[in-house]
Amino acid sequence: MLTFILRRIAATVPVLLIVAVLVFLVLRLAPGDPAAILAGDAASTEQIARIRTGLGLDRPILAQFGIWIGNVLQGDLGESFYYKTKVATLIGQRLEPTLALSTLTILIAVAVAVPLGVLAAWRFGGWFDRALMGLSVLGFSVPVFVLAYILIYVVSLRLGLLPVQGYQRIGDGFWTFLRHLVLPSVTLSVIYIALIARVTRASVLEALGEDYIRTARAKGLPEIRVLVHHALANAAVPIVTVIGIGIALLIGGVVVTESVYAIPGLGRLTVDAVLARDFPTIQGVILFFSFAYVLINFLIDLSYVFLDPRIRY
Amino acid sequence: MRKLISLLMFAAAFGAANAQDKVLRVVPHSNLSILDPIWTTAYMSRNHGYMIYDTLFGTDEKSQIKPQMVESWKLSADKKTWDFTLRKGLAFHDGKPVTGEDVVASLARWGKRDAMGVAMMGFVDKMEATGADSFRISLKEPCGFVLEALGKPSSNVPFIMPKRIAETDAFKQIEEHIGSGPYVFVKEEFKPGDKAVYAKNAKYVPRKEPPSGSAGGKRVYVDRVEWNLALRDAQAQVNALQKGEVDIVEQPSFPLIPGLKKDPNIVVYNYSPVPLQYMARFNHLHKPFDNPQVRQAAMAAFAQEPFLRAQVGVKELYKKCPSMFTCGTPYASSAGSDIQAKSNMKKAQALLKASGYDGTPVVLMKPTDLAAIDKLPDVAAQLLRQAGFKVDLQAMDWQTLVGRRAKKDPPDKGGWNMFLTAWQGPDIWNPIANAALDTRGEASGWFGWGKDDKIVELKSQFMRETDAAKRKKLAEAIQARAFEVATHVPLGEFDAPLAARKNISGHFRQTGNFYWNLKKN
Amino acid sequence: MILGNWSVRIGGGALAALVLIALAAPWLGTVDPTLFDAASRDLRPGEAGEITDLDGETMKHVFLMGSDSFGRDVYSRVIYGTRVSLLVGILCALLALSIGIVCGLASGYLRWLDGLLMRFMDGLMAIPAILVAIALVAMWRGSLATVVVAIAIPEIPRVTRLVRSLVLTIREEPYVEAAIALGTPTRKIMFGHILPNCIAPLVVQATYICAFSILVEAILSFLGVGLPPDIPTWGNVMAEGRAQFNDYPHNIFFPGVFLAATVLAVNILGDGLRDTLDPKMAKRV
Repeated sequence: MLTFILRRIAATVPVLLIVAVLVFLVLRLAPGDPAAILAGDAASTEQIARIRTGLGLDRPILAQFGIWIGNVLQGDLGESFYYKTKVATLIGQRLEPTLALSTLTILIAVAVAVPLGVLAAWRFGGWFDRALMGLSVLGFSVPVFVLAYILIYVVSLRLGLLPVQGYQRIGDGFWTFLRHLVLPSVTLSVIYIALIARVTRASVLEALGEDYIRTARAKGLPEIRVLVHHALANAAVPIVTVIGIGIALLIGGVVVTESVYAIPGLGRLTVDAVLARDFPTIQGVILFFSFAYVLINFLIDLSYVFLDPRIRY
Repeated sequence: MRKLISLLMFAAAFGAANAQDKVLRVVPHSNLSILDPIWTTAYMSRNHGYMIYDTLFGTDEKSQIKPQMVESWKLSADKKTWDFTLRKGLAFHDGKPVTGEDVVASLARWGKRDAMGVAMMGFVDKMEATGADSFRISLKEPCGFVLEALGKPSSNVPFIMPKRIAETDAFKQIEEHIGSGPYVFVKEEFKPGDKAVYAKNAKYVPRKEPPSGSAGGKRVYVDRVEWNLALRDAQAQVNALQKGEVDIVEQPSFPLIPGLKKDPNIVVYNYSPVPLQYMARFNHLHKPFDNPQVRQAAMAAFAQEPFLRAQVGVKELYKKCPSMFTCGTPYASSAGSDIQAKSNMKKAQALLKASGYDGTPVVLMKPTDLAAIDKLPDVAAQLLRQAGFKVDLQAMDWQTLVGRRAKKDPPDKGGWNMFLTAWQGPDIWNPIANAALDTRGEASGWFGWGKDDKIVELKSQFMRETDAAKRKKLAEAIQARAFEVATHVPLGEFDAPLAARKNISGHFRQTGNFYWNLKKN
Repeated sequence: MILGNWSVRIGGGALAALVLIALAAPWLGTVDPTLFDAASRDLRPGEAGEITDLDGETMKHVFLMGSDSFGRDVYSRVIYGTRVSLLVGILCALLALSIGIVCGLASGYLRWLDGLLMRFMDGLMAIPAILVAIALVAMWRGSLATVVVAIAIPEIPRVTRLVRSLVLTIREEPYVEAAIALGTPTRKIMFGHILPNCIAPLVVQATYICAFSILVEAILSFLGVGLPPDIPTWGNVMAEGRAQFNDYPHNIFFPGVFLAATVLAVNILGDGLRDTLDPKMAKRV
């Protein structure tokens, strides 16, 4: 077990290094001048040149990379060109909304999708199964922002049930926090519900064909017990796996959702930073997201041990 | 679980403790990123400056310069020595009094960055503190715009900072944000891209006069002002305002204004005494706009109405203006404007044919993320094509455009031929402030690098002239010449009103976005 | 056999109809989708207005899906937008597939390259796809080529992994081992023996990439970092209409329906193909 953990950790280092190199190259080879952006609307050419020198952008690319990666290894993501704040501080400030949004999204998705998937597998081939399969393809296909606007229009503007935009920190009161978060999370969870429901259905279906289920049924166990305790328990591994794979999808969705609902999270930070050519911030955020992705999938690998007694590392 | 709930309830109660405070929730027109209003000309940084700093002079709604921090001043008989005395009781947020030395250091830093400041420093022999609350500016020769410069309402504004902060290199950003203005910047609560918070400065002593422009008393009736920097979507801003989630939207999108006017809970207030002006700018360095006749052809094609109708759309918010200086302000005139005003597409086509235009495509830059100007380039492209130009309309975000317009390279090597922008009235209302009239060729401070020695000469006369009537004549001559050589094309003027909840009162005419005198009931 | 599957029939049929619409766009009562007339701005669906062409001639026009805030015809923009979306989807799938196939074959066959290449792919996969696309397009200015490359790149690792795993299975097959023993050149084994056996799963993969790419293109345009806004794409039409969604929802509604329908058609087609071409995979999900 310990060797497995160590081996997995060792394997993530080159991955993150490759991410760092890729991100750095993409940004530095691209056109667009952060100095000119910073200088403002009426700055002269000479003023812009002075700012460029101040930011170290006139040095060779290799030297810039060396300095940056050296700092990153010491845990310093650098300072934002645009906001003149430590990138780590910026990420810290924006972490809560994104974390809250992602967590609630996954909670909603699992709570809705797993029962649906089990039900569909139980009534395999029936009208419910077909309807769910059809709807899940639709769930994959509707763009997040179209869904967001429909929900805002109906729920917030027509019915006046929830706020149209914004984020309230959890410290400002749990109910306002939740009220602001419900609509974005529901929006974002749809694609996840589709994904998890399909996987649940497929895994439960597979489990239902196994011998031990037939044995359980033969013993006269109630159907609900068979479904939940035996079939679903066996489907846990694929479900957790798909959540892990879906993290990348979720991060993409977060960028769009935060933009539509005006949530000051990491997704917004990324888009703003890209538009402002704020190199240190873009590098920091992408590195952070990649790290989160690698970490979550690492934890998911670990969780198999608890979910499936047959797996040993 | 119960523990968690009680913890959350505690948090809720704690959060509610400040709920009695009067908080003004504002959606500014853009993001606030840079907190040094001398270092950048960005309007958001200027507005931040007005929150926490004070100025020596202000400009009232009638464009008159009025004292603000200054109590009294005196100009010597030879017009070369200015003596100023500060008001009693001025203090910075850290409790230290404002002294003549603070003022001198602040003006020196501003004089290195601001266009008008640089121009003024050309006349200055030396600046010195003459006492705890007084200072002197000695000139090498008489200068006609000292007060106009010290009281200029828009970027860069000569804000007064403590000496130790003002001694920061003018090309590095300041790191401490202490002023003597009506609000204190709450640095701990500043979250870039999310929100900026300003608390009332209880020790601020306002002037007796009523507020007018950036002059008059800056009385504060709320406890805090919070800028919501996360709410960027035009529709979401208006939705939030109509649902009462915010109090003021600084710049609601034009097409949404008629709807806001019908809402009984909303007031739409045109705060600016002078309108904003749209402008098309040529790059004078490269083909085809290095040829004045080609520039004139484009000018003739650019009637103002199509631009205003497409971009603003709401009839009561725009009007045509023949002048390069903001209409309704002292230097505005129609001198020389016939070439644009009395022309049409037929004339543009003829002019273009006569110019020997060889079909070089015009690289026209279009910003995609600036709702106040993003439709202008499409109109320009359609009109130029109708006049016979070849147009290469290149879309990019504003940040890229700002970077690219600084490049002097030819258009096919990363340069450009034309872009369009908007100016707030005070930034272009006289020949010194108007950046497009800096015609020193490649040495010009502003993009496009027009070259015309005659305008340079007329401007230097204008700077030295102290007689108002003669200055007006000179401004007319400058404008006539600018139309003749087609430095740029004025494209008409528009108002950009704010929208506020009905319970916010105390709005007044101003040239920026100022948050004093407002009451929330 | 393939056409006997209902999913293939429905998805394929809908897709064929969309392709037809894209090809026939100029003859479907459309006008030049970039033309505008400020006098016709913000018309509701079905209202009549006027539009001015490049010679300055003004003509009457009925705006079936209304007009946007420039006064452009939303119907024309949506119909022409079909071209862009389908093109982006197909090009992305082809690009991701061809690079992925080469990398996958190389990785599965050339052992010395395998470790290096797969670590690289792991790194690429760890960066969220949309972030890669946003960064690439914003940095390199939106054109069809940049958008396609930016969307396709994050898809490459998945194709590579699929091809690699297929290669590893197939090369153990007796006939491949025989070919190796007979001294057949590596290139011939790869493209002659192994690749044909990968085709079915790759076709299925391609449809999913295609559907995802169409979605991402719309998202990029919507965020303002996609194709230039004067090019009619569904994302651009929606981005333009976003500022007036409450009053004129038609700007988001019509392109939204087309976008969802297209992605849906491609997804249904993919499901059907998977069920018929690759029954093993069908069981997995």
